[in-house]
Amino acid sequence: MANCLRLKINLCIVRFRGPQSATCCQRSCGHRKYAGQWREITGPAPVKMSKRRSAALTGAQGISLAQKLLRERLCHQKLPDQPVGLDSQYKHLLELLRRTAVHGESNSVLIVGPRGSGKTMLLGCVLRELMSLKEAQKNVLLVELNGLLQTDDKIALKEITRQLHLENVVGDKVFGSFAENLAFLLEALKKGDKSSSRPVLFVLDEFDLFAHHKNQTLLYNLLDVSQSAQTPVAVLGLTCRLDVLELLEKRVKSRFSHRQIHLFSSLSFAQYLDVVRAQLSLPPDFPDPKFSDEWNHSVTKLCEDKTVEEILRRNFNGSKDFRSLHSLLFLAVSRVSVSHSTLREADLIEAWRLISVDSKANVLHGLSILELCLIIAMKHLNDTYDGEPFNFQMVHNEFKKFIQRKSHSIHKFEKPVVMKAFEHLLQLELVRPVDSGVCKVQREYQLMRLMLEHGQVMEALQKYPQCPTDVKQWALSAFG
Amino acid sequence: MALIKCPGYPEDTLRSLAERLPCRETQLATLLALMGQPDQYSYPSVFIYGHRATGKSHVVLSIMKDLELPHASVDCVECVSSGLLFHQVLSAFFGPDAAALLPRCPSLSDFVRLYKQMSSNSPATQTRYIILDRAERMRDMDFSLLPALLRLQELVNDNVTVILLSEIVWEKFRPNTGCFEPLLFHFPDYSKAELVQILSWDHHPSYTPELYASYINILLGVFFSVCRDLRELRHLAVLNFSKFCEPLEKGEAKESDIHKLWKNIEPHLQRAMQTVYLREVSSVQWEQQFFFSPLPVVLSAHAHIELPYYSKFLLIAAYLASFNPARTDRRFFLKSHGKIRKTNFLKKHEKTSNHLLGPKPFPLDRLMAIFYSVVDSRVAPTASIFSQISSLVTLQLLSQVGHDDQLDSPKYKCSVSLDFILAISRCVCVCVRLYRYQYYKFLNDTQPYI
Repeated sequence: MANCLRLKINLCIVRFRGPQSATCCQRSCGHRKYAGQWREITGPAPVKMSKRRSAALTGAQGISLAQKLLRERLCHQKLPDQPVGLDSQYKHLLELLRRTAVHGESNSVLIVGPRGSGKTMLLGCVLRELMSLKEAQKNVLLVELNGLLQTDDKIALKEITRQLHLENVVGDKVFGSFAENLAFLLEALKKGDKSSSRPVLFVLDEFDLFAHHKNQTLLYNLLDVSQSAQTPVAVLGLTCRLDVLELLEKRVKSRFSHRQIHLFSSLSFAQYLDVVRAQLSLPPDFPDPKFSDEWNHSVTKLCEDKTVEEILRRNFNGSKDFRSLHSLLFLAVSRVSVSHSTLREADLIEAWRLISVDSKANVLHGLSILELCLIIAMKHLNDTYDGEPFNFQMVHNEFKKFIQRKSHSIHKFEKPVVMKAFEHLLQLELVRPVDSGVCKVQREYQLMRLMLEHGQVMEALQKYPQCPTDVKQWALSAFG
Repeated sequence: MALIKCPGYPEDTLRSLAERLPCRETQLATLLALMGQPDQYSYPSVFIYGHRATGKSHVVLSIMKDLELPHASVDCVECVSSGLLFHQVLSAFFGPDAAALLPRCPSLSDFVRLYKQMSSNSPATQTRYIILDRAERMRDMDFSLLPALLRLQELVNDNVTVILLSEIVWEKFRPNTGCFEPLLFHFPDYSKAELVQILSWDHHPSYTPELYASYINILLGVFFSVCRDLRELRHLAVLNFSKFCEPLEKGEAKESDIHKLWKNIEPHLQRAMQTVYLREVSSVQWEQQFFFSPLPVVLSAHAHIELPYYSKFLLIAAYLASFNPARTDRRFFLKSHGKIRKTNFLKKHEKTSNHLLGPKPFPLDRLMAIFYSVVDSRVAPTASIFSQISSLVTLQLLSQVGHDDQLDSPKYKCSVSLDFILAISRCVCVCVRLYRYQYYKFLNDTQPYI
């Protein structure tokens, strides 16, 4: 009872946090009816759900529905209800956009963060909340541009015209410059009698790619409009490059408000574990409460397991962003099926193994003995000549020395056969020519470099199936 | 064979699929698990890598065809421009009318816009798959094509997954500023036992499978240490099987005399390694030579290039000029060279040996000087001699170094190997060995450079 009393107090605090607290409650006290009662108080429990809840699903249906939900969350990157760990940035951005949408102020801001840190997700959540405001819903126009798709300013301008639904207005007009065109578009947005025009939000994804366009016309004009206060315009750039301001021309940089929102993940490992638990848990409005309770319970137990914690810690040490976490969790979740219907630690271990494998080692595993000997010969050349580039003649020379002096199991191969093996290594890009493109030199004399490290070669040798002992000893010996 | 179960797909189709993909059951099961049920989302992009002929395209395309999933299979080698790729994807998913809506030189923006438009008209009830074979070619196309396709699911907001198939590892694909990382999936190479199992599938109906299996074992004994490519091995198996069965047909051996059959076929396979495997002769030529017994000694295309008499000497002189350092010419090519000091002939930088670094360029005068000393009769410097040098350059036996405009002292380099020179010199009875600097120095070594 004391536990529940404590929970009651906690409930008041956590009530407004959202659905993930449902699992906290269950973990600490595990009282179903409290969970049921609590859901009704805080959740936006629609009436329809309680009717459907009484029909229990079969095991297969439950799993398939759970998979569907989890895949939407992990693969399709469905927007969460609240971004985790980004509260101050969220508030800042929301405030800025509200000022543009409601009060008509022009703004420009850059959201900077490494890949997978949640820029698009943050923006998505903020826009979702913005559009729920009544004044914003009616007025605000949204134009979304992406640096990967709109690779040219002309294409970008056409896309802006299309997204503002002004193709008919523009028709076949020919404009002298980009600025004229943009001014025309913004003029056309002005409502009939009012002098003020509708606020426009320009979202520029992959902002750094726009900086590579000719003269940076699009950026210059957009930021110019945002400074000149004719139309309320907000320019939002999202980029992964920290040095994005260095890419901007002087005239563009001066028109930018130098407002940057940085997304550096500041999660601690404990918070990370909580996130993992939340990502894997089923939401409270799942049709079969018994199934979802069991599932969430097993997820909680899984997160407390030592091996799983070790794996998550290693992933956390590698990168804190959610994208790599999602791929790890997805690999584990995809293994859940009717025959084994809960997430187990073996799934996570297997998923981690798939993610952390060295792909070049896999490639080396499939080479023939002759190709492996050539790689060892190249490694010896690298060791003897301190990484100087070599050519095929030198490699063949080393290989011949090995065949004559030390080998018992490998017999002599003709030079063209060895050349074919060498060309196969070239095609796999394990060996690369030093100056690609210059073909004036005969193929046997073209200088190359080995794209593998000493350690990788030795490790591959250990795992190579049925490697002859003389080859192994040759690799381990110091000089050829 | 473990039964592959996956909800959402009919069991008997899966069983027949698994039977058609030997030794790839684990990969099939993992792929099906990643794909999930047809109406569920899958990861936006999957990168499958492995050696050639490990079954990547075969497995993926078989899954798509047998389970009748909506897919667009594009080979990136065919897509010279990205517009071809867009056209193929749109026509596979939405029909040729949709593809006709693409403008002349479609940009990625047009493609995404059209796709969004089409998919809002006909939303996806099942996951759509775009399969890009030989994806390493995409690195040479537009720089934004690869990152955009990797996150296509997000850009078009549709249930679509892009599967990339390649021989080359993912690290070589990643753009400079990063991109959406796909799921990496490896198709391992076949082990020797698996190769035997797969190759035994196409056994000849008139012989027992055990005989064929023993034939495959002999073949792998010769070729496995050189090549593990399933396609090459299959080709070689088919070409040589009739030769293998010759003693059986002639009645000289029974099926159980494996040793006799081995003795018959083994030298044949060794010769195949030097010719058919290297594509020096075509498979038609290889099969034809069975009808002319005994086998000709040399089958390779390098056999003989017929050169005029003096051209042979010119070529030998060019080889010597390329590989001997100029200061030693006096000793080798003058009849009386006076006193020779016993200095250490090899300079430091030459220790890594001339022979390994390639031919050096030489001026025309030096070539003519060596030519006159090597040729056995008196030759006048007529235009016919000089024109033979030009034809050697056209035949690419010599290569011209430096600018074409240099008319007074052009420089050349010899582009043929020692074996070729030795073959020629045998015809004209020139002892190249005596002239070769390298050979002179290492005369006492046991290294058989010749």
